[in-house]
Amino acid sequence: MRKVYLDNVATTPILPEVMEAMLPYLKEIYGNPQSLHGWGDEAREAIEGAREKVADLIGAQAEEIIFTSSGTESNNSAIKGLAMAQQSKGKHIVVSAIEHFSVLHSARTLEKWGFEMTQVPVDKHGMVNPDEVARSLRKDTVLVSIMHANGEVGTIQPIAEIAKVAKEAGAIFHTDAVATVGTIPVDVKELGGDALSLAANQFYGPKGVGALWLKKGTRIIPFLDGGVQEGGRRAGTENVPAIVGLGKAAELAKAEMGSRVNRLSALRDRLIKGLPSRIEHVVLTGHPSQRLPGNASFCIKFIEGEAMLMLLSSQGVAVSSGSACTSRALKASHVLTAMGIPPEIAQGSLLFSFGLGNTEEDVDYVLEALPPIVDRLRQMSPLYAKFLKGKGGK
Amino acid sequence: MPIYNEKVMEHFMNPRNVGEIEDADGVGEVGNPVCGDMMTFYIKVDDNRLSDVKFKTFGCGAAIAVSSIVSEMAMGKTLEEVRKITPALVAEELEGLPKNKYHCSNLGAQALNKAIDDYLKRQGKVAKRKKGGKDEKK
Repeated sequence: MRKVYLDNVATTPILPEVMEAMLPYLKEIYGNPQSLHGWGDEAREAIEGAREKVADLIGAQAEEIIFTSSGTESNNSAIKGLAMAQQSKGKHIVVSAIEHFSVLHSARTLEKWGFEMTQVPVDKHGMVNPDEVARSLRKDTVLVSIMHANGEVGTIQPIAEIAKVAKEAGAIFHTDAVATVGTIPVDVKELGGDALSLAANQFYGPKGVGALWLKKGTRIIPFLDGGVQEGGRRAGTENVPAIVGLGKAAELAKAEMGSRVNRLSALRDRLIKGLPSRIEHVVLTGHPSQRLPGNASFCIKFIEGEAMLMLLSSQGVAVSSGSACTSRALKASHVLTAMGIPPEIAQGSLLFSFGLGNTEEDVDYVLEALPPIVDRLRQMSPLYAKFLKGKGGK
Repeated sequence: MPIYNEKVMEHFMNPRNVGEIEDADGVGEVGNPVCGDMMTFYIKVDDNRLSDVKFKTFGCGAAIAVSSIVSEMAMGKTLEEVRKITPALVAEELEGLPKNKYHCSNLGAQALNKAIDDYLKRQGKVAKRKKGGKDEKK
């Protein structure tokens, strides 16, 4: 059976070049970067090389890069650490309604610590309006965090405009760029904020490593206390092989950016064009044009996402869904809900996320495999039966 | 490790008794699309036994597997026997469900009971089921 991996939003695979770059650091080069002998020198050189590559990818300076264990850690560290460092100035923070849980739940923790939070709404395409951000700002707003793009629906936010609004009001601006760094061109000077989160496994690097870009001079309370690693801003012995992997992935992403964007966009558009012509009652979620190259997200009416996901899986196709039944908490995706998508339609959420391993044949395979699955589930669905009766159909 | 066991997957992939009964003697609908799952059961009753059971379900793999196994468990049974199909028995018959999917087994048992209630109501008989009994438990 054909195997088609279309869940690159969950994680991308590691590129062979990335794995090759990592291998020596899992084997012979095992020193601790903090050691002052030759073993330490080699490891230190490796992570400093990676730091330069990551900085280069996002137009930053090497010393502004802090390595972390994940995008989640970068976000936790930024939201809590930046707000706590500013708390003498004020205790109000602003985030969007569609942030990743590592931002939203960090903001909730800040609320427990005495901060107030405002969630900026999004429109039906999942877009944040910079004017809404401006309206949410107060004298005591110390931190604004709006994600660069949402992996679930693919919508890319006007971050430069939003950052400008936040900075003019004197707040620190952070963006969760986990979905964009390594996928589309990201330049921190163009975006214009103070902090940015990224994760290696979103662009063909290993899991368990990310980074936080922190503009020079920005104060942060360290998330992990301990030794002097990462300039005292993130303690703990460095995950050298993973950091080297992140560096290699960053180097490749920068070199291949243009061709990757073109390739993934073509696959995405083939599916976005092809699916509604084969299946009735399909809604594209997210912004029609301002969207991630590899993201094709839909809601398929009258049926439920997990059932579709399982049946696609039985055909060798891996996707994800934001339906309530798919989530362990049995709640519909907060992203789809914030976009005003009714719960019964959000239940039909299906997310295809393309990666470098995919081909046009993969898209065509999905276009063949999905319609019978949808048909089969609709034949089983009381909602579809009601819809047909309401139409006076069969 | 797959989230569903083989038996659940087998019923999800090949659900028994899918459909509607045009001239059903009783219909039971539970759940709603807003909360996630929705099940409708149709029954035919002959001589106090379920001579036919069909269902339509909007929901996840577990909800579909539960509907299928409930239809099998109920087929040919007397009304009294069907009343004894509890969510626990449904889950047991499926050899277990993931913890967060256990509520699906409640829906199956509830929908079937509602279909019997509907049948008894149509017959002019009062539903015999005790309120607040095990079957009612959410």
